[in-house]
Amino acid sequence: MASASGSGPTPTEYVTHHLTHLSVGEGFWTLHLDTLFFSLLTGFIFIGVFYAVARKATAGVPGKMQNFVEVLVEFVDNSVKDAFHGPRGFVAPLALTVFFWVFLWNLLDLIPVDLFPWLASKMGIEYLRIVPSADPNATFGLSLSVLALIIIYSFKGKGAGGFLKELLFHPFGKFPLLVPFNILLNIIEMIAKPVSLALRLFGNLYAAEMIFILIAMLPFWAQWIPGTAWAIFHILVIPLQAFIFMTLTIVYLSLAYEEH
Amino acid sequence: MNINVSLIGQIITFLVFVWFVMKFVWPPIVEAMAEREKRIADGLAAAERGKQELQAADVKVEEILREARQQAAQILDKANKRGSEIVEEAKTQARTEGDRLVASAKAEISQEVSRARESLRAEVANIAVAGASQILKKEVDAGAHARLLDDLVAEM
Repeated sequence: MASASGSGPTPTEYVTHHLTHLSVGEGFWTLHLDTLFFSLLTGFIFIGVFYAVARKATAGVPGKMQNFVEVLVEFVDNSVKDAFHGPRGFVAPLALTVFFWVFLWNLLDLIPVDLFPWLASKMGIEYLRIVPSADPNATFGLSLSVLALIIIYSFKGKGAGGFLKELLFHPFGKFPLLVPFNILLNIIEMIAKPVSLALRLFGNLYAAEMIFILIAMLPFWAQWIPGTAWAIFHILVIPLQAFIFMTLTIVYLSLAYEEH
Repeated sequence: MNINVSLIGQIITFLVFVWFVMKFVWPPIVEAMAEREKRIADGLAAAERGKQELQAADVKVEEILREARQQAAQILDKANKRGSEIVEEAKTQARTEGDRLVASAKAEISQEVSRARESLRAEVANIAVAGASQILKKEVDAGAHARLLDDLVAEM
């Protein structure tokens, strides 16, 4: 347990402490500095590595790093190719960014829960949560951007007329009485997409973080059994959630872009 | 779970990252990969072409060799023929030369013989005359018997 004080916190205090963001501001104007910092950090790690490789990318024999990056790029490119049949110039880099950013966010969950808060407390920072995907602001930030792209791609793919027609007449047909139901259903569908995207990722990682916190409250000699099991399980969950987020983003954009 | 202005910050960050990846990361990597793919495809095609060319060259070599062998055989034949011709010619020449030599030797011999005969005749006539004059112990009119002696010489 992390504690700077001698007496030690109660379990409730401990959990609450670990679930409090480092933030400035009040109400809506609160900024979660920890989420912003760690998402920027992971983003820059991702971009730094990939940019370093891209700048020296050679068509000749690739180095180990370029090979690694190429495998990932090809993997993402193929995922996009399979689902999205429009121009990939924007969608493929988008998918790569989503995948890697989310992956690195989730990866932070494997760092011992007390390590960074403890380091931070040494530097006089009271609260710190390092996993951005356990903050709905981060996950909704992604999914709402995806929603905006869905709308943009609906216009791009079908044109304003086609998009409107789909909103008015799509699932039930052209009968005038059914138009309100069509609109209602389409709006619900439109909202459900970003909400489900964001909440799935948030829920998974929040729960994971919570369980790591609970495990950290066990006596130190017992922590390794559930801790190891849960961490190994998360080796699966971390890339899986990133992959799901990426794939659904591609699928949603593809649905928006193509007539059906 | 509280939604606040961090959301906006995250959206901006996300869009900037996506823009950066689209602009500076994705294109060079994908281009390098496409370029390499093309190079490999070209290399494989070239290898295939090389193999076919090798096969064609093998066939051509075989043909040239066969031709060369044929030509060599022809040349050998010709040379053999010419050789025997030359031998034949030499033989004929030798034979004619021999014949000619023999003929000229024969002619010379017969000439020698007739010359010898002439001188013998003259000798014999003289001896005959001398002998006759000895036998007759008297002078013989050489002029009166010259005709007689010539007849004698002719008979010899």
